[in-house]
Amino acid sequence: MSQAKVPVWVNVGLIPFINIVLAFLVSGLVFVAIGQNPIEAAGYLVYGAFGYDEGIGYTLYYATNFIFTGLAVSVAFKAGLFNIGGEGQAYIGGLGVGLVCLSLDHSMPFIVIMPLAIIAAALFGAAWAYVPAYLQARRGSHIVITTIMFNFIASSLMVYLMVNWLKEKTGMAPNSRTFEENAWMPYLHNMLTPLGIDIGDSPLNGAFILALVCCVLVWVLIWHTRWGYQLRTLGTNPTAAKYAGIDTAKVTIWVMLISGGLAGFVGINEIMGVNHSLLLNFTAGYGFAGIAVSLMGRNHPIGIVLAAVLFGALYQGGAELAFEIPSITPEVVVVIQGLVILFCGALEHMFKGRIEGFFIRRAAAQEK
Amino acid sequence: MTNNTTPYAIELRDISKRFGAVQANKDICLQVPAGTVHGIIGENGAGKSTLMSIIYGFYEADSGHIEVDGKIVDIRNSQDAIKAGIGMVHQHFMLVENFTVLENVMLGAEGGALLQQGMDAARTELKRLAHEYSLDIDVDAVVEELPVGLQQRVEILKALYRGARILILDEPTGVLTPQEADHLFRILRSLTEQGVTVLLITHKLREILASTSNVSVMRQGEMVAHRETAKTDKEELAELMVGKKVRLKVDKDDATPTDVFLSAKNLSQFDSQGVKRLKEVSLELRAGEILGIAGVSGNGQSELLNVLSGITPMDEGEIQFAGQTITASAPKNAAQMRDMKMAHVPEDRHKMGLVTGFEAYEAAVLGYHNSAAYNGAFLMNRKAMLDECNTRMAAWDVRPPNPHLKTANFSGGNQQKIVIAREVEQNPDVLLIGQPTRGVDIGAIENIHEQIVKLRDSGKAILLVSVELDEIMALSDRILVMFDGAVVGELDAKDADERTLGLMMANAYNEDQKGVA
Repeated sequence: MSQAKVPVWVNVGLIPFINIVLAFLVSGLVFVAIGQNPIEAAGYLVYGAFGYDEGIGYTLYYATNFIFTGLAVSVAFKAGLFNIGGEGQAYIGGLGVGLVCLSLDHSMPFIVIMPLAIIAAALFGAAWAYVPAYLQARRGSHIVITTIMFNFIASSLMVYLMVNWLKEKTGMAPNSRTFEENAWMPYLHNMLTPLGIDIGDSPLNGAFILALVCCVLVWVLIWHTRWGYQLRTLGTNPTAAKYAGIDTAKVTIWVMLISGGLAGFVGINEIMGVNHSLLLNFTAGYGFAGIAVSLMGRNHPIGIVLAAVLFGALYQGGAELAFEIPSITPEVVVVIQGLVILFCGALEHMFKGRIEGFFIRRAAAQEK
Repeated sequence: MTNNTTPYAIELRDISKRFGAVQANKDICLQVPAGTVHGIIGENGAGKSTLMSIIYGFYEADSGHIEVDGKIVDIRNSQDAIKAGIGMVHQHFMLVENFTVLENVMLGAEGGALLQQGMDAARTELKRLAHEYSLDIDVDAVVEELPVGLQQRVEILKALYRGARILILDEPTGVLTPQEADHLFRILRSLTEQGVTVLLITHKLREILASTSNVSVMRQGEMVAHRETAKTDKEELAELMVGKKVRLKVDKDDATPTDVFLSAKNLSQFDSQGVKRLKEVSLELRAGEILGIAGVSGNGQSELLNVLSGITPMDEGEIQFAGQTITASAPKNAAQMRDMKMAHVPEDRHKMGLVTGFEAYEAAVLGYHNSAAYNGAFLMNRKAMLDECNTRMAAWDVRPPNPHLKTANFSGGNQQKIVIAREVEQNPDVLLIGQPTRGVDIGAIENIHEQIVKLRDSGKAILLVSVELDEIMALSDRILVMFDGAVVGELDAKDADERTLGLMMANAYNEDQKGVA
């Protein structure tokens, strides 16, 4: 008896591609239903996302957030933990960034503030993940439930802190004062100008580099260290993990700390990179979208970068589309995003069996 | 054959089934005369279960057809099979544990909207069946309170209640003591006297010889031989199953046990419901001996292995090992026990011994993944892991010798070799080994047994847990019998015979019988 195998590119390339094409086909039907030409709309969307330098910048700026939250979800998922709390961890991570910037921007240079802000983002995000992790590891409370609840707590906590403590005294809006420029993460277009490269003005900033570094670190951690070995063992076979003498409670806790820390980096991109002040609701659902990004990216850093760029493109191209065709409201754009998530995440297995079957049969036929 | 006037109870013609690239069944033909017990024997993965699933309607054959009483039947699901008079007793019982026998039997055949009416009818019918086939049972007993032998009887009654005239039993003796198995075979014989036809699927040669009138052998998806049971023997059947000559005995000299390597005193362990699963177990394990733990599956052997290896903490008692005293208040976990040179080949390699999604070279360091041999300062030393995996695969004849193949894609025997190699090559003092040859092909069993004896001869202490009595008797130097979480007997392997062990396993042995036995 022989065991035919499905080529790797089918699983990581072909099947997601077919799913995305399907999502776009159905989106096309939505456009037809509201009386728009889907080809024209697709043109605006693609042009908006990739057609010019600034558009690309925006796409990658959004993608930065998705990379952070996608990595956060995937690290936990590799250990068999479903971290739904990326939203709250990102929110609190941003708080950490804001506090560092607000307290040090008058006294310290950028070179001191930046590493401290990065550390604060990770620590605050990790701290927010710690409580659910502890409850899961030591008390058996299900992490899905606790992380969801912690999103709400984070949201309320931020409102309280902003309104009562951090709000700029003179203003009405619940925003902090704007940081001094030495607490701004430099924009990529400013960083590249001295090198003679012009990429057009966009919010894309140094956090994007941090995101790529995180991808590499996560890849090394999961596949090349003994800690990664332990977390993958726990994620695929908890009984074998116990047999191997792996302290599953300990692994659960530190995996969630890493996951929360990664989500916290959203604060670097949003607070330090773009808004330059602490404000409410800057996470805007990135934490939740991270679940879809991670699913679509097959929990692999490279896949996550690709999925994050796709989602970034949908955000940026969608905004452009809504701007160009007024009858396409932002809600329609959300529908497209929803369809992509639906086909790539929830309906992932719709064609999988059939496509794999095709390749298995073909391989079997070749063997003969 | 063609001039046979009475049609066969069931006849298969050229049944083929393919799963992807795997030809699970190929041109299977089988003729079973009515009122006989027909054995189907083959190694794991030979295609027995697929064939039975086709007969019972779980799968549809790609080609070929099934005849019942000479008429072609079209079986697309289990309802069709039941209509055709085919019943199945699964290896793992399909019973609702907290229902009574009656409720279980009528499940899916309730008859009418109101339960009471159907229940009364079922009760009458069940009494009649139980009488006709002499299958005594208390129909109002709750299933989970019945011993497994009786639970199996409920499964048989369930099939008969649905009008089965052809009964398929899939590995029916896995959970039974030898005595219970013998009882089952008596029941099967009385069923055949009433005209019921029985298909018995098993990999145990002894049972085929003890209970069937004809036997068919499957190998690699094909039916390779049909024999009249009276005209064949163990050796021939084993050879047919494997396709080559097999030695069924283990060569070993007498043990020369020396120092006590491990001693356990009054070990007890409770499960999460507070039920005592391990009851004051005491044992001594000496260097250079194989201590066999016999018992019907589920009588505390798994708990004993888990407690000794540090996977589950004990609740009472103490273990003396490697100069340390381990108690409930001073426990050692699995990693610490491993550091003290205790190796453990777990009973269930899929659930515990391997991570089947890992590549072989990764699974080959499970439990030893923190060892300096496999690690640099931060990164794991992939090259060292691969080199070692290659060496071991060659030494242990693992096929295919590809360290990058996913563990799941190796056969049972080769997976087991990966696990045993991993544990033995660490040069442990004590080896705990559970079900070493479960789901392993006959060819590989020989090899694994030789390795265990070799390890003993090199002065290691080995604790062997197995539900296969043949294995216990072939390998052990000393045998402890477990029943309901406690050790109920100890025998020198020289004095052990199947009957004595069987009685001990059912806790029905007393000293008076010793003279008789």
